[in-house]
Amino acid sequence: MTDDLLRMTGVTRVFDVSPPWLNRVLERKGRVILKAVDGVDLTIRRGETLGLVGESGCGKSTVARLIVGLYAPTRGTIAYEGVTIAGEGASRDEAALRRTRRGMQMIFQDPYASLNPRWRVADIVAEPLRLHSPDLSRADMAARVAALLEQVGLAAADGTKYPHQFSGGQRQRISIARALSTNPSFLVCDEPTSALDVSVQAQVLNLMRELQRRLGLTYLFISHNLAVVHHIADRVGVMYLGRIVELAPTRELFGTPRHPYTRMLLDAVPDLAMTGASRTAVAGEVPNPLDPPSGCTFHPRCPFANERCREENPVLRPAGGAEVACHAVEEGRLPPRVVALAAR
Amino acid sequence: MIADLAPLLAVERLRVEFPTRRGTLVAVHDLSFDIAPGEVLGVVGESGAGKSITGAAIIGLIDPPGRIAAGEIRLHGRRIDNLPYAELRRVRGREIGAIFQDPLTSLNPLYTVGRQLIETIRTHLDLNETEARQRAIALLEEVGIPAAGRRIDHYPHQFSGGMRQRVVIALALAAKPKLIVADEPTTALDVSIQAQIIELLKRLCREHGTAVMLVTHDMGVIAETADRVAVMYAGRIVEIGPVADVIHRPQHPYTVGLMGSIPSIVDDRERLTQIDGSMPRLTALPTGCAFHPRCPQVFARCREERPELFPAGASRAACWLLETPVAATTGAMA
Repeated sequence: MTDDLLRMTGVTRVFDVSPPWLNRVLERKGRVILKAVDGVDLTIRRGETLGLVGESGCGKSTVARLIVGLYAPTRGTIAYEGVTIAGEGASRDEAALRRTRRGMQMIFQDPYASLNPRWRVADIVAEPLRLHSPDLSRADMAARVAALLEQVGLAAADGTKYPHQFSGGQRQRISIARALSTNPSFLVCDEPTSALDVSVQAQVLNLMRELQRRLGLTYLFISHNLAVVHHIADRVGVMYLGRIVELAPTRELFGTPRHPYTRMLLDAVPDLAMTGASRTAVAGEVPNPLDPPSGCTFHPRCPFANERCREENPVLRPAGGAEVACHAVEEGRLPPRVVALAAR
Repeated sequence: MIADLAPLLAVERLRVEFPTRRGTLVAVHDLSFDIAPGEVLGVVGESGAGKSITGAAIIGLIDPPGRIAAGEIRLHGRRIDNLPYAELRRVRGREIGAIFQDPLTSLNPLYTVGRQLIETIRTHLDLNETEARQRAIALLEEVGIPAAGRRIDHYPHQFSGGMRQRVVIALALAAKPKLIVADEPTTALDVSIQAQIIELLKRLCREHGTAVMLVTHDMGVIAETADRVAVMYAGRIVEIGPVADVIHRPQHPYTVGLMGSIPSIVDDRERLTQIDGSMPRLTALPTGCAFHPRCPQVFARCREERPELFPAGASRAACWLLETPVAATTGAMA
């Protein structure tokens, strides 16, 4: 219990994506509500890396933004180190919330858009410090910034340069240095390597692992790339249309995927070991989140769907070493996975 | 098996330049490769390696002031790099089809997909409106668009990303080309859709005997699709060979590092192989081998002289380590 750093309980976030009022009146249409995150229960333990995977529009980035407070949950609560920071029962004291949130920082996907091009790198890295420790002296601040830059593999002298003088990978190191400036214990990383080339991605992933070991960090690592999540995460959650459909330790999830969607995703990943292999591609696409299917939202694409799946929405239940939201798994009518790995 | 045939596409010592205010940038240097009829050649590399420019040069789509400064591109033995514009238009589309990364920008949002297909078909094939429409519907069915007869009158925004990319593939195939240049065709798509598109591309090319130049940064896609792979670095091919050899027995230190840096869902490694630094900018290419500042096995000669492609195993690689047969065995370092 004490090991839980972050706990999300029944968190739902909806967005009103209705057309303007006049259009609604003229076209006689009602409001349009998009459920980006739908009743997510998630616990992140101290010191672990929780990976969150899913296809575009599944709500994984919304989860990240809910945690760091960029969005407020529509329903449900988020607690960090035992303190409710968002949702029902959250403190209304902004200053107190800010103090609690100091322990968490976020790293964004695009290292080009997330750094202010007009600021010098030292100012970028020092910005969270100025906010959270306003009484730090100039000299202390400079020393801290230099230490941070060296920690992420840049030179202290790089602080006087501007972001455009750095490559994509170096910029992502600057983002990491900025995130580490307040000595956080928890980093929310939303697709931190997706904009990078593979060899640079490897540098950043290695750096993140090193920092985690050295500083005892906890990561929420969001990515659409299953191989990257397999490499970095201790536990993995799979999201589909705003819900977590499977949550398991990494080895368990990749070794014995249980939810039909997880199996489908794993089968779809092109892998180096698959030279010349031919797979049966999965049919169908992610449905429109504005009009999700009834019952289990995966049922139109699921080969094992039956009447119950079309009507009743499954909830996460323990199954073996994992938690799975699937009626077929629960009823034991899911056949074991046929591994079609034709390794050469 | 197909290597004995006369090449469909032959690129020889291709050089692409972009004049800028601060001097001329050479995006592609001395590039030579062949594609056999029906073959899938993967071209991989990181951003800025020159792979997309190579594809654009073949389709004749290099935007001025960029230009092909030297070398030849031959299709069926006939030079296509110096054709007048009107003739180039006939080759492009008729003999070479193109698929680009973003299906939304390669379709005109103001016309129905049927209009665009019919226009392409009638430009290149001698068919009347009704016949062209029938062919368009047949093409849409072939690329797996349900209810093609109805969907043909829809606009691009009414299709999902995966379906749009299917339309783009139908467009590329419309005039039955012998070669398709596909530049990152699956990069903008989700994994499950990506698998469908790769499967579709493979099936269609097999059925039609179409050769493909597949440009991508995704080695996984190459592993499943290509017959041969060319690895590009800083505007040159550093290694080219059969796909299984390049992936499992890489010869060039860059290829070795590249393969090791790719995380996989089947192995458990604590650390990924790391190539320090990043690709040099075209404005400041190092002397000698362009990879030498990042190479773990660099020696004096690498800094001064640029290596040619040497035979190495079943592949060819541009590295001084592979110059002598003795050194070739040390190519597979960890």
